[in-house]
Amino acid sequence: MCLALPAKIEDIIDKERAIVNLGGITKEISISLLDKVSIGDYIILHVGYALAKLDEAEAKKTIALFEAMLEDQNNEIH
Amino acid sequence: MITETIEKKLIGPKINFNKGNVDLTHGSGGRAMANLIEQLFMREFNNEFLSQNNDQACYQVTNGRMVISTDSYVISPIFFPGGDIGSLSVHGTVNDVAMSGAKPLYLSASYILEEGFPLSDLKKIVISMADAAKQAKIKIITGDTKVVERGKGDGVFITTTGVGVVPENVNISSNKAKPGDHVIISGYMGDHGVAIMSNRNNLKFSTTIKSDSAALNELISSMVSSVPDIHCLRDPTRGGLAATLNELALQSKVGFIIDENKVPIREEVASACELLGLDALYVANEGKCVVICDPSNSQPLLKVMRSHPLGLYSEIIGKVIEDPRHFVQLKTKLGGMRIVDWLSGEQLPRIC
Amino acid sequence: MKYINDFRNGELAKAISHEIIDIVKSDKHYKFMEFCGGHTHAIHRYGIPSLLPENVEMIHGPGCPVCVLPMSRIDKAIKLALLPEVILCSYGDMLRVPGTDQKSLLKAKASGADVRMVYSVDDAISIAKTNPKKQVVFFAIGFETTTPPTAFAIKQAKKLYLKNFTVFCNHVLTPVAMDSLLQSKEVNLDGFVGPAHVSIIIGSNPYEVVSKKYNKPIVISGFEPLDVLHSILMLIKQINENRCEVEIQYTRAVKRLGNPISLNLMNEVLELRNTFEWRGLGFIDKSALQIKSEFKEFDAEMRFELPETIGKEHKQCICGTVLRGIKKPKECKLFEKVCTPENPLGSCMVSSEGACAAVYAYGRIN
Repeated sequence: MCLALPAKIEDIIDKERAIVNLGGITKEISISLLDKVSIGDYIILHVGYALAKLDEAEAKKTIALFEAMLEDQNNEIH
Repeated sequence: MITETIEKKLIGPKINFNKGNVDLTHGSGGRAMANLIEQLFMREFNNEFLSQNNDQACYQVTNGRMVISTDSYVISPIFFPGGDIGSLSVHGTVNDVAMSGAKPLYLSASYILEEGFPLSDLKKIVISMADAAKQAKIKIITGDTKVVERGKGDGVFITTTGVGVVPENVNISSNKAKPGDHVIISGYMGDHGVAIMSNRNNLKFSTTIKSDSAALNELISSMVSSVPDIHCLRDPTRGGLAATLNELALQSKVGFIIDENKVPIREEVASACELLGLDALYVANEGKCVVICDPSNSQPLLKVMRSHPLGLYSEIIGKVIEDPRHFVQLKTKLGGMRIVDWLSGEQLPRIC
Repeated sequence: MKYINDFRNGELAKAISHEIIDIVKSDKHYKFMEFCGGHTHAIHRYGIPSLLPENVEMIHGPGCPVCVLPMSRIDKAIKLALLPEVILCSYGDMLRVPGTDQKSLLKAKASGADVRMVYSVDDAISIAKTNPKKQVVFFAIGFETTTPPTAFAIKQAKKLYLKNFTVFCNHVLTPVAMDSLLQSKEVNLDGFVGPAHVSIIIGSNPYEVVSKKYNKPIVISGFEPLDVLHSILMLIKQINENRCEVEIQYTRAVKRLGNPISLNLMNEVLELRNTFEWRGLGFIDKSALQIKSEFKEFDAEMRFELPETIGKEHKQCICGTVLRGIKKPKECKLFEKVCTPENPLGSCMVSSEGACAAVYAYGRIN
């Protein structure tokens, strides 16, 4: 319910802080609420804290599901 | 050479602009003030009007309609990526004059300085204004300086007033939009606001976005030459595109339908807005214009705009419709419809 | 913006919308509540109602922590801000919310109070460090999403021996609120579009109790328009197939057990209040959090004397019924005529995710 966004870890400062990149904007944030993050991971950012790692495989699966819906519908028309 | 004449007749000792701050004597009407005016403003703005050293400037009035516009600049931070309060105060007022279709001619510049403001910063600002005026081909011909006590002003406030002359066959006004007209914008939305916000202490994010602050008079001049019958022209400053369209809707008693897919927004601007929970449509611009014209004129206008460096990314983004409620409607990226309402209060970054 | 734009694709939205139109039963009226204010906002911002068939109705819920904060708590925050030694730090959302007599933090700021907008609780800690002679109070609000950062900051403050930092804690809990809403039986619902980011913290587990108890399906939905449409599709499928489950649509971020580090942190620093007042919902037991005694030195309610007040709502404000999903914003006599974003009389209009603000800003076309 609160404004949270996926952002990519660009640099890790220490156990508690990292730099993320969100579409070209960079910001220093806290990674204290996560176990382990690596450069290149996507995290969900909220009020300056990373709340979770984004599961990229699941993200791709969800989009693929939508794309399959579109394809099915296009096939039905033709 | 005018500059040489000024150098020889210095009223007082040479000011060291690298050290020292504005103090109350710089606004008191005495020698210190005259010194500052001579060695800074007159030197940098350097024109035949100022060198006469009068309290006013006298210029020849051409036959026809004149336009006057005034604006105050209180921006914080004073220096930002892509400009400063000085260049902004020139661009902003030049643009306001130009939005009537007028050719801007002269500006006045009045300063309220806070005691303690660094002279080095003041010099940077004045040089920036001189550069901006030169690029816009206008002259700053008269002005004023006041100093207020420490704590009573935020560094510097600048007010500029501009005058210009409107060509005979041009009648641009905010109440002239008609159903069927097209809406064109001259480029990317939201750059200025995001550049400013990235420098505000409490928001702390890094971006390469610069303010788009620029004088649009030459672009507009070429637009007006090619299509004298432009209906409306406005620069979407505070409140962004949304504010401008809502104002025009009310003044012309029409509605708008805008296609979200057609509004150009840089990825970084969109990202910053996402981060802060803002809508880019409401974020300020300082080097863009919104044009309303008859649909038969939109392609020729677009061509002229896109051939100018300040209009490269111009786009037709929507149209004017009949609407007794004067709504600005948006066809969203998703295909749904929603309203783009007036901005209420100041856009505050949300968490939730 | 990767993983954001992908979920705003117009073509895919239409595809999901067609699926929904295909599977709805024409003789049924589906009523779903989007619990979360963020979902209300997304629904209206993207014009989703125009992509749904007529017999699918979305009702706004009370999941807007700004909207449900009672006036008495805002009045206390304003009192704190007006203390000369205090710097009150707040998320932007709270600054314009009207308290009693239409006072607000922004108005308090205009009259001289030191009120500062912060993006993160960390900024409040920084302000405390750089202003040792002032008392910095952080106005903490939010559901479970926003709570772990507050808990973390309190621990930080203890580590740093910060003597001038306190938190005015108003964190509230989601599944309890859902339960209270359903218990009242005031609104007929077929299911919930469940909160996205609350669920990252608490997982999907806590909703299973609510879902079973009241026999209502819950689909935990991501924030983007495709997520919301997909969740509505999943809910309709459950209803049609007579299923009642808690499903996760937002699989890329929500796991069943949530974020253990955050949950442990919350348990370490915070504990349940016996009861807490919710604007519009009345007093709900065990629905909010307070700071534990080990960390009481960081509790603003311990450090400062704040007399209890009873907030006085505008007589004709029906935010309460809107928050409970009983009435819609347009049914309020004050909506648009007197109560507007410029002159908000109730919290639903001033919060950017309040139902009234969302409908006013986006949905007055029809």
